[in-house]
Amino acid sequence: MNFLLLLPILIPLSAAAVSLLAWRRGPVQRRLGLLGTSALFVAGAALLLHVRSHGIQAVQIGSWPAPYGITLVADLFAAIMVLVAGFMGLLIAVYSCGSIDARREQFGYYPLLHILLAGVCGAFLTGDLFNLYVWFEVMLIASFVLLSLGGERAQLEGAIKYVTLNLISSALFLTAVAIVYGATGTLNLADLHAKIQGLPRGIALLPAMLFLVAFGIKAAIFPLFFWLPASYHTPPVAVSALFAALLTKVGVYALVRMFTLLFAEDAWTFNLLLAISALTMVTGVLGAIAQNEVRRLLSFHIISQIGYMVMGLALFGLASDGPAAVLALAATIFYIVHNIVAKTNLFLVSGIAARLRGTYELPNLGGLYSDRPGLAFLFLISALSLAGLPPLSGFFAKLSLIQAGLRLQQYEIVAVALAVSLLTLLSMTKIWTGAFWKPAPGGNGAGDSAISPGRYGLLLAPVIVLAAAAVILGLGAGPFFDLSVRAAEQLHDPTEYLRAVLGDLK
Amino acid sequence: METLLAFVIGGLYASAVYLMLRRSLVKLVIGLALLSHGANLLIFTIGGLTRTRAPIIAEGDLVPAPPFADPLPQALILTAIVISFGVTAFAVVLLQRTYQAVGSDDLDRMKTTDT
Repeated sequence: MNFLLLLPILIPLSAAAVSLLAWRRGPVQRRLGLLGTSALFVAGAALLLHVRSHGIQAVQIGSWPAPYGITLVADLFAAIMVLVAGFMGLLIAVYSCGSIDARREQFGYYPLLHILLAGVCGAFLTGDLFNLYVWFEVMLIASFVLLSLGGERAQLEGAIKYVTLNLISSALFLTAVAIVYGATGTLNLADLHAKIQGLPRGIALLPAMLFLVAFGIKAAIFPLFFWLPASYHTPPVAVSALFAALLTKVGVYALVRMFTLLFAEDAWTFNLLLAISALTMVTGVLGAIAQNEVRRLLSFHIISQIGYMVMGLALFGLASDGPAAVLALAATIFYIVHNIVAKTNLFLVSGIAARLRGTYELPNLGGLYSDRPGLAFLFLISALSLAGLPPLSGFFAKLSLIQAGLRLQQYEIVAVALAVSLLTLLSMTKIWTGAFWKPAPGGNGAGDSAISPGRYGLLLAPVIVLAAAAVILGLGAGPFFDLSVRAAEQLHDPTEYLRAVLGDLK
Repeated sequence: METLLAFVIGGLYASAVYLMLRRSLVKLVIGLALLSHGANLLIFTIGGLTRTRAPIIAEGDLVPAPPFADPLPQALILTAIVISFGVTAFAVVLLQRTYQAVGSDDLDRMKTTDT
């Protein structure tokens, strides 16, 4: 049954290999893209169901016993993230079929998509620090090429910044790995859990801070986010949406994993994280309000939303009693899933708007509400969900974060979170009035690019599914939140994780 | 030996940072390469240097007789070197394409996507 753990890595890797065999054959690659990502989605769902009923699963690669070989572990948090990655991969593959041009397709767009998903799933599932580095690099190299594929000047300039900062982050990550290995002699996360706690505080704090900076760059927290708004708006919108959905969240996932399993003791670290989260929220949303280009605006919003996720992690560390800690972490997990659903959809809608009007600039957009009321409605659902209006998913995500904050009497961060929420609504209103509500500059319907109904259907289908997901996550928040709570309990008390990886030795 | 290598590693990190802070694209890529060399050498050194014995298990034993050289850092570095080789190759091609598209290798002239 543990074969299930390997599938989320094997499926995209083999889909990539087969797609490479069909080099330059667009229709074959498109079908393989849909097939591979659907299979990944199904495998993710099967894994989540299995982990939910049978507890945390672990596989020792090559049957090397636990602290010596590479371990793959799926706890509920990892399984949820793999399922979401598969879901997003599938929707982006559908959207790509309708939006990626033939030239990009010919130069390996779909194989790269699969490799990116393999890297993301590998990073979620690994239980070994160095293996995590390797999966990060797999993911990064695929994202480098996806970002610069097409070779437009803006793309290349964005790619320089993206590549440089991500490579610096990888080097810092490797430095931290070296120090951890030097200090403890192991790289297995479960094994490290006990050994890190035996270290003097100064030595444990050094890799903790290096990890914070390394994953902080990848997650785009304050003040390490500058690569994101400089690069995310340059590639085709399907790529932007995929990056927005998964890449920064892998950074957040790694932060959560590190600071719940390895460095969960030090209050100083979590106070620092709390301050960072407030600054991330505020700078992100202020940057967003200042923008007039839809994709740039949404890119800044990614940063602001990362702040909320880090806020939950920080509250977890500061909590003195178990239930409050679990509530804060559960809120973070629910927030990550909600944010992936809502934010990706906004990117996809902006892509359709630009396809219709030929521009992403708000002053030149307009009149979409009267031309395409359905599209406007779908945008509104995701935008209001992101801002946190009931009964959509964002409301429950923010509500639980704020409950956790109130219970811990961290009133400052609660005030910041609420204020940023209002500003988020303001900036969503800016897109709404700019692109949908106000009349088009040249009169309604003027300058519309022709778009065939079949292609429009391919673009619209993922948007509908994601809007529906935002509504379902909101109306049916109960079961989803219960699942997040169970995932958070596993993170809060790692006994089950340790037993699954190390066996009954310890 | 460790002390000497510590200085070498420090020198590599410092020169990498210095090169990355310059405005030239070429120096940026060299800086990135030096940074990953520094990290690799750090893993090598921090694993502990020993000249005593290779970690080969004698016939009939289950573990190598101590003291022996730790084989894991070398395996890690080998992986890291291959990855940094690939990434540097990509960065060099990106450099060349960017130079063609922008017509300059001055990073200060690549601000069109900044916000």
